[in-house]
Amino acid sequence: MHQPLAKRIWDAIAEPFDGWLMAFLGGIFLLSLLVLYSASNQSWYKLDNKLVYTLLSLVVMWVLAKARPQAIMNFAPPLYAIGVILLVGVELFGVIVNGSQRWLNLGIVRIQPSEIMKIALPMMLAWYFQKYETTLNWKHYIVAALLIAVPGALVLKQPDLGTAVLIMSAGFFVLFFAGLSWKVIIGGLVAFAASLPVVWNMMHDYQRRRVLTLLDPMQDPLGDGYHIIQSMIAIGSGGPWGKGWLNGSQTHLDYIPERTTDFIFAVYSEEFGLIGNLTLVVLYLCIISRGMLITARAQTLYGRLLAGAITLSFFVYAFVNMGMVAGILPVVGVPLPFMSYGGTATVSLAVALGMLMSIGNRNR
Amino acid sequence: MSRHARLKDPQSEENQFQLRLLIAFGFMVLMLLLLAARFVWLQVLQYDHFSTLAQNNSISLVPVQPNRGLILDRNGIVLAQNHAAYTLELVPNKIPDLDATVKALGQLVEITPRDERRFRKFLAESKEFEPVPLKLKLKEEEAARLAANIWRFPGVEVRAWLFRDYPYKELTSHVLGYIGRINQRDQKQMEEEGTLANYRGATHIGKLGLEATYENELHGKNGFEEVETDAGGRAVRSLRRTPPVHGNNLQLALDIRIQEIADKLFGTRRGALVAINPQTGGVLAFVSKPGFDPNVFIDGIDTATWKNLNEDWQKPLVNRALRGLYPPGSTFKPFFAMAGLESGALNPNELRPAPGYFTLPGSSHQFRDSVPSGHGMVNLAKAIAVSSDTYFYRLAWEMGIDRIHPLVAQFGLGSKTGIDLDNEASGVLPSKEWKAKRFAKARPEVGRWYPADVVSVGIGQGFNAYTPLQMANATAILANDGKAFTPHLVEKIVDATSNKVRLVDSEPVRTLAFKPEHFATVKEGMHAVLQAGGTAARIGVGLSYNMAGKTGTAQVVQIKQGAKYNAGALAEQYRDHSWFISFAPVEHPTIAIAVIVENAGFGATSAAPIARAVTDYALTGKVPPELEGQLLTIPSSKKPDQGVRDASAAR
Repeated sequence: MHQPLAKRIWDAIAEPFDGWLMAFLGGIFLLSLLVLYSASNQSWYKLDNKLVYTLLSLVVMWVLAKARPQAIMNFAPPLYAIGVILLVGVELFGVIVNGSQRWLNLGIVRIQPSEIMKIALPMMLAWYFQKYETTLNWKHYIVAALLIAVPGALVLKQPDLGTAVLIMSAGFFVLFFAGLSWKVIIGGLVAFAASLPVVWNMMHDYQRRRVLTLLDPMQDPLGDGYHIIQSMIAIGSGGPWGKGWLNGSQTHLDYIPERTTDFIFAVYSEEFGLIGNLTLVVLYLCIISRGMLITARAQTLYGRLLAGAITLSFFVYAFVNMGMVAGILPVVGVPLPFMSYGGTATVSLAVALGMLMSIGNRNR
Repeated sequence: MSRHARLKDPQSEENQFQLRLLIAFGFMVLMLLLLAARFVWLQVLQYDHFSTLAQNNSISLVPVQPNRGLILDRNGIVLAQNHAAYTLELVPNKIPDLDATVKALGQLVEITPRDERRFRKFLAESKEFEPVPLKLKLKEEEAARLAANIWRFPGVEVRAWLFRDYPYKELTSHVLGYIGRINQRDQKQMEEEGTLANYRGATHIGKLGLEATYENELHGKNGFEEVETDAGGRAVRSLRRTPPVHGNNLQLALDIRIQEIADKLFGTRRGALVAINPQTGGVLAFVSKPGFDPNVFIDGIDTATWKNLNEDWQKPLVNRALRGLYPPGSTFKPFFAMAGLESGALNPNELRPAPGYFTLPGSSHQFRDSVPSGHGMVNLAKAIAVSSDTYFYRLAWEMGIDRIHPLVAQFGLGSKTGIDLDNEASGVLPSKEWKAKRFAKARPEVGRWYPADVVSVGIGQGFNAYTPLQMANATAILANDGKAFTPHLVEKIVDATSNKVRLVDSEPVRTLAFKPEHFATVKEGMHAVLQAGGTAARIGVGLSYNMAGKTGTAQVVQIKQGAKYNAGALAEQYRDHSWFISFAPVEHPTIAIAVIVENAGFGATSAAPIARAVTDYALTGKVPPELEGQLLTIPSSKKPDQGVRDASAAR
């Protein structure tokens, strides 16, 4: 059977991609183009850039999806080691941006090693549990906890509480799916809750005030709380149907900070309203469901642990970003997956989803 | 073995995993539903509210300033208050031609060159969108004239503010300190402490004295108002208001009348007086002479006034009571005597020689007594009463610094008292360690402790250096038989809204483990100081209660061997300081005093009369005859008045 050349090329390109995931991602991508155009005051500059890094993301995703999970898995230990070394490097020689030491200047490029850790840690843990699958006992969980704690502590020290929590939660998801005893999980939660009053008592007054402002922006409506109040006004005034594309007054009168990056959801929400929000939430839920399905069908322990962790992390990013813009979570610097403008975050998400697809492809 | 158990049942593991997957999925769905619910709340239920806020871009949040707490003396007399007045303010970024506007405003109200200079200075320090005051405290008719013409000037406002005022001026400068405009350093500090939020829109902050120490109590908590503004940025109507919480009032232990009498008794002389109630640690009077008028600092002091104050040779800006370090002279002896008794080096009734001079074995250097003929053989009480130097030289030599230091230190000498004022000096109670550290950078022989060093320490000279506050505190501890309080100016903090009262430092912090009979012996000696034959016998005449004290004369310059001290021949700044410490009534002391009069010679002649007159007034209400008719009319206690509620801020 001879097929036309174009069809064969298309098949070769499409073959490793997961059809469902690509469809949902495509939907998000279209929405993100609309909102970015509006948020950047109808300038094409950021759209051009976005197209470039989206293409790059597609290439990365394709390569990873095409590869066998087994092949990628072997990169886990060296990647993790490099990540830790780079984090130590940040600690020693890092560049301070916005009061926090997160970047490492390697001459040509500045990299943010914590970004690598977001994927390297769950890979490492999945690799580790797979390696000891047959002999697994409590000692392995201790080692796993150490594998989480080291990068966690290094990122915490930068200081970047938000990213540290994201990295450590990705690690925790692997432990959770690896069968960490419910007793330990619940015990840990109880211990955490019990330690809060003690920590609270040990804090200075000014530290407590900071925490309170973080939790309740109305404590400082003209300072730190200002952004969140403005973004809540943007969302609320969007109403059920939105003000219409390019018509967000909050957006176009400069009331929304970081409106192409961390707070892009406020722009979207103002212009597309509740109906737009629910559409986006459903799209995210579809991606998550697909990820769960891939996880459930995964053939190897490595596959199911990594796929599960990637899916849950994806959920956390989306939830934390929307939650913070809507004023129910403290403001931490987390971009909205595939919506926020920014190459690094998009490419690293593409890496994660590429691996997810690669795992999914072995299930067929 | 668990490993085998685990391997045996892969199906159960599979089920476990699928269950966890389901739980995770359920959790995520639940969280997203929660988020959706939040969207419904914001976009449907609160839609009208947010929609109004967004439509009116003219709606802005403005901070509402709390009223600063008042400071009252122990009888409720107001020492720091707030007055409402109008201010003419300009918002730079709303005014196209600033110079023309200032000039035009000058036709309506008088703007002095000083006003303009100050305006320029504030302008340079503030942000474009912040109102900058051009003229403060407008007169009624000026405010009225401006209000009628304000429409002609976009970006110009007349605002009501509360102005801080210290009615007793110089009398309270070293106690209250002052507030001043918030500068960049204050901003930075607030940022570090995380208090910036509470100072949005605020212009002033406590800079010195109690105003600074109790800033957090006095300032209160910001309120906020959502206001609709017109195109010119003026507030048109208020939509929602979170009222401010006004600052708390401070009630001092200090009695402004005692303070005034003590202050006036100094006349034009320099020095300090601290009076403490030994039973509570409450500071009754806290005088540092000369003082200054704190009111000039509130809205930016002008250069000439600042220069005058700062370069005045009498140093009125220095808080002598808190930071002035002086050798205590003979007022050191009672505390040293306590150390001698407690260490066992001294037997209270033993007669010991008190000759005209003292020499160390193998040395010809004479440590002279202030009385060349000496006092013969004396017991401890007598040695204190006549202030024998040689008695205490010998005691110091016998004890050595290592035994003296830890015992005298218990009276708080040489360390901060912990009073509620910042930047207290700690003073020096000499020890070997202290000397080595002090001269660490010098040649080693300079930092070594020589046996002879201890001799002059025994009479309060040498390396000894204390603040008048420390001396008063030590005297209070001695008077109260070793029960020590942290001295405090503020006695009560009164909540502005609930009127609830919190007490400050009302419990003793420690009790000295000296024997009661030793306190009795030393007090007996101090009582004898004011009796016939004592160094301050003249001061004790006509007392209606029992008073105990000790004179001191602190050398400012070393007198050469063989030379005689001659006050007349020395420039004033090099003359001896006159000291007196006292407490009364001896049986149950309620006032302990330390006074120093700089360069005024013998303690009994200058310092002691002040202590006597202050004690007289405190215990019997008798006003010193020389001050009759000169005292301010101080109103009897007044109900604190929080000032105009609607005026926006305390400044």
